[in-house]
Amino acid sequence: MKFKIPFKITFWKVVLIAAWIFGIVAGILRFSKGLGAATHLSDHFPWGLWIGFDILCGVGLAAGGFTIAAIVYVFHIKRFYPILRPTILTAFLGYLMVIVGLLFDLGQPFRIWHLIFWWNPHSVLFEVGWCVMLYTTVLALEFSPVLFERLGWTGPKKWIKKVTIPLVIAGVILSTLHQSSLGSLYLIMPGKLYPFWYSPILPFLFFISAVAVGCAMVIFESHLSGRAFGHRLRVDVLADLGRVMLVTLGVYLILKIQDFTAHGVWQYLSQMRTETYLFLLEIVTGVIAPIVLLLIKKIRISARGLYYVSVCTITGFLLNRINVAITGMQASSGVSYFPSWMEIAITTAIVATGFFVFSMATRYLPIFKHPESFDELEDHEALPQDAVFEAGV
Amino acid sequence: MSKHNALLVDFTKCIGCEACAYACKEANHLPDKEEHQLSSTAYTVVKEKNDVYFRQMCMHCDEPTCASVCPVKAFEKTPEGAVIYHDKKCIGCRYCMQACPFGVPTYEWDKTLPLVRKCTMCIQRQRQGEITACSEACPTEATLFGNKAELLREARKRIQENPDLYVDHIYGEKEAGGTSVICLSSVPFENLGFPTNVSHEPLPSLTWKIMSKIPNYVVVSSFLLYGIYWIIDRRMEVAGAKREVSE
Repeated sequence: MKFKIPFKITFWKVVLIAAWIFGIVAGILRFSKGLGAATHLSDHFPWGLWIGFDILCGVGLAAGGFTIAAIVYVFHIKRFYPILRPTILTAFLGYLMVIVGLLFDLGQPFRIWHLIFWWNPHSVLFEVGWCVMLYTTVLALEFSPVLFERLGWTGPKKWIKKVTIPLVIAGVILSTLHQSSLGSLYLIMPGKLYPFWYSPILPFLFFISAVAVGCAMVIFESHLSGRAFGHRLRVDVLADLGRVMLVTLGVYLILKIQDFTAHGVWQYLSQMRTETYLFLLEIVTGVIAPIVLLLIKKIRISARGLYYVSVCTITGFLLNRINVAITGMQASSGVSYFPSWMEIAITTAIVATGFFVFSMATRYLPIFKHPESFDELEDHEALPQDAVFEAGV
Repeated sequence: MSKHNALLVDFTKCIGCEACAYACKEANHLPDKEEHQLSSTAYTVVKEKNDVYFRQMCMHCDEPTCASVCPVKAFEKTPEGAVIYHDKKCIGCRYCMQACPFGVPTYEWDKTLPLVRKCTMCIQRQRQGEITACSEACPTEATLFGNKAELLREARKRIQENPDLYVDHIYGEKEAGGTSVICLSSVPFENLGFPTNVSHEPLPSLTWKIMSKIPNYVVVSSFLLYGIYWIIDRRMEVAGAKREVSE
């Protein structure tokens, strides 16, 4: 009998399967041999790639969810409505990936429920834990109408519709708390985190950069979904996101300059060391380049230009979170840390699964499906009869 | 008098015999092997730098960073002064290790379900009226166990009486807002690798400034966001009605 592969082989499918194989092997090793054997973490460097990338970056990249939900429902800017479902889905998957990453990182993953029973309101991680639990629930509820619609359940859909606004507001508050709290995690380490990144206003910097990267993610996703499915956002909507990015990145840069001046950080820039290079790379790629590009009107109003700006911003954002979690902690730890292949394989597998689920969801669920009229929808118009359901919120 | 106990470690009296390290291992039932780095099997170690012997161990902060950052309250500052760890609660997030300004808590990296390990200031022995194993074993009285206020007075007296021998710095008097292990040395502490940039303000206050505002933030922003929604919604309704009338 001839063996037949039940699907067409493409480059990305091979990548996905390879990522899963390595991820599963690494996962088995991590749980059977322990963290010491599977990771390059140590007593001197207890938080590595999983916290830096899976958690800090994962949560940040999910920031489009609350930004767009607030824009559409609280501020009634309905031109953004067509992108709502994909961003909510991205945020939901992002948070699920954070939880999976966390289960790999925790030494006692089976005790994660302890967070519910033993409270320590002084701990930022207590806040982070509760934000993850509650916001993932909110995102699941916000996304549930899409499933109900697919299954044809009208009852639960109506029920969700009634609580849309409170849900969205809860989501915005939880996100604000959560994005900023990831910065607050480091407030207690003034002597440990390198001066480029330590700041008493770290929670605000984390929140502002999350808003900017949330917008960048929407532009980025619009480009990708346009390539894959032909659903693209209108250029004027993208340009609006570009303007929001320009303002938030501008505020970020000003705060950073004020902070450097207030705490005498400028002098460190003259030191030729890894921290300086990586900081400059981060701030030029993620803040200065996007600001300069967005100031040019021709770029600000073109879909392609905005796509490049979003790539810059996202890259700079990832660098920033990795710098806070890893680069900035190296000097004080006295050791140099680079993740093991198993840490990288598990992270890669989680990200690959996220992409896989996203593409499956867009194929089988009404994510991009929306009436033709929405493309022409103006802000003063009411959403069509069923719009709240359609939006997935 | 308060029963807040402490340890006074005078490096000038330490001869590097490691009796404290071995006594500690025995008291805590740890494998009997020589170690010079704090680890999950060595809660205290004796180190040597430029012919100066010194001890490293948990500082037992008066406002412990580990207890503040632990999301499940696995650390507790006892009335005796010790900072102890409740291993049944620990979820293994390692925030305590990440945040400790002295780099003290260590992890059982080789276990599949690891726990955090560190000096307990012999809390069990203390509660039975005994002194810590390390201070009992020390042949030169380099490690003294006693009331914290008394030991601080003793430390100040030693510096005053012998200003040529000691550097004028009681390590742990102010570091991290004060600790229950205080050290005296003949060379500056930074030469021995002790972190000297540790804030004199208790570190937990750095996060509490933000954390304490969260309930207020939640209440205010709920009202604000709902208010914004309500105002814009109403204006749009009115605008829609006007358009209908004019049409």
